[in-house]
Amino acid sequence: MGKRKIICIACPLGCHIEVSEDKSVSGYKVTGNQCKRGEKYGIKEMSNPTRLLTTTVKLRNSYLKRLPVRTNSPIPKGMISKCMREISKIEASAPIKTGTVLIKNILNTGVDIVSSRSISDLSQTDVV
Amino acid sequence: MQIEYDVVVIGAGPAGLAAAIEVKRNGVDSVLIVDRDRELGGILQQCIHNGFGLHLFKEELTGPEYAERFINELKELQIEYKLETMVIELTKDKVITMVNSKDGLLTVKAKAIVLAMGCRERTRGALNIPGTRPSGIYTAGTAQRFVNMEGYMVGKRVVILGSGDIGLIMARRLTLEGAEVLAVVELLPYSSGLTRNIVQCLEDFEIPLFLSHTITKIQGKYRLEGVWVSKVDDKRHPIEGTEVYIDCDTLLLSVGLIPENELSKGADIEIDTATNGPIVSESMETSTDGVFACGNVVHVHDLADYVTLEARRAGKSAAKYIKKLLQHKKDNIIISPGDGVRYIVPHHVNVDNLEDTLELFLRVNRAYMEKNLIVKLDDTILAVINKKRLVPGEVENIRIKSHMIRDREASFMTIEVQSEGV
Repeated sequence: MGKRKIICIACPLGCHIEVSEDKSVSGYKVTGNQCKRGEKYGIKEMSNPTRLLTTTVKLRNSYLKRLPVRTNSPIPKGMISKCMREISKIEASAPIKTGTVLIKNILNTGVDIVSSRSISDLSQTDVV
Repeated sequence: MQIEYDVVVIGAGPAGLAAAIEVKRNGVDSVLIVDRDRELGGILQQCIHNGFGLHLFKEELTGPEYAERFINELKELQIEYKLETMVIELTKDKVITMVNSKDGLLTVKAKAIVLAMGCRERTRGALNIPGTRPSGIYTAGTAQRFVNMEGYMVGKRVVILGSGDIGLIMARRLTLEGAEVLAVVELLPYSSGLTRNIVQCLEDFEIPLFLSHTITKIQGKYRLEGVWVSKVDDKRHPIEGTEVYIDCDTLLLSVGLIPENELSKGADIEIDTATNGPIVSESMETSTDGVFACGNVVHVHDLADYVTLEARRAGKSAAKYIKKLLQHKKDNIIISPGDGVRYIVPHHVNVDNLEDTLELFLRVNRAYMEKNLIVKLDDTILAVINKKRLVPGEVENIRIKSHMIRDREASFMTIEVQSEGV
């Protein structure tokens, strides 16, 4: 049976918790946590850990060379490097607005890659 | 030519933006915000990771998204701003000299000023690491700007000195971009970064963290070739014989931030040696009448949300000052750090200016578990606050109801970590 030591990040306390598989409803037993949130976090980290991914894509037609992007919701931890490879294939062009979808449903995760800032193009004088 | 404004805000990062907005919201229309960068938002624009706004918006935003909310508000309120404009001098009588390539040299007279210049990274020069001076050594924030905005990758095999938040964030960022982060080296026996960053930036990517270690030598003629890492003893001195060579082409330094107060010093503003920032009142007013300060120029915060809250207080106070509603008196209550506390901001309080709560930020000098923070007014204990965990890397935010202070005629307030066996 699997067993793992994890530092809980549900709050700044950072409890050192231990999660092991058992025959309960959730399938896991969490020890060392000081609150309910720690239990929830521990189970999630063992069963399906997810992360929000933030990175950049190449940007054309602007005073900056990179556009910050993010997943619009968390993706499975194991998908991070595959998603990075997909994201590296695309380019964006200014002007662009926050939340613009750049990749729809990346690698069938149901998650979109969206722009995380607005940026004007080179013709705009507003910025300088 | 001399231009006049009621309030001038210096710096358009999270502190400056929130302060300028608050000035205008409180009924003062003549406000100008100045920044040396080409766009508003300050360092938030290079902090593309999430985690901003959890306190303020109950949402996890990235740095640029957090900035954009304030930039939009600033524009909606039609607050005037000047970009690519560098303030070069500030005087006690609130005359600001600035330069840019459009206006040339510009003198602005303000009735009130809000200092929001933020902070600067400590560099290799501040650490005196022996060795050669090759290329490939960056402060973590510079590397962050190169990678996230300018589109330059800084290297392939990376060592990071210091486990401050920017260093941890960059360890993950460079790994995602294909570099190999070989080690994060921390002098202290604990990380100065947030726990969530240790987990999500290092553990997720199996990046080793060496606590109680430091870099003792830098090697390489043109480009960095490697660094020597040694274990340190409890006095933080390298232990002979423990050195290990790490072959790398890039070294990032994440070894602390220093509030940027050259302008403040020019205006004779008193600086606290513990924070390296101006000494401020409950209204965030400095030792110079009508000059306010907020954000990392006052003390280094670990969350942008706290910067915003502090900046709102400074902005509101500046507006009050313009409307002649801010009270001044000589015998403010002096707030000073007691045992175990490194600093407290603000440094003194005039109860006449308090609304319903007095908001304090403090940092302890070492890690404590299960300890009480004791707030004393003169010799009376005002409050005992139990803390499960107190670490130097995380700022504590303490709020005290104003009536508790107002009802007593006190002249000193102290906060200390309760000692053993009390």
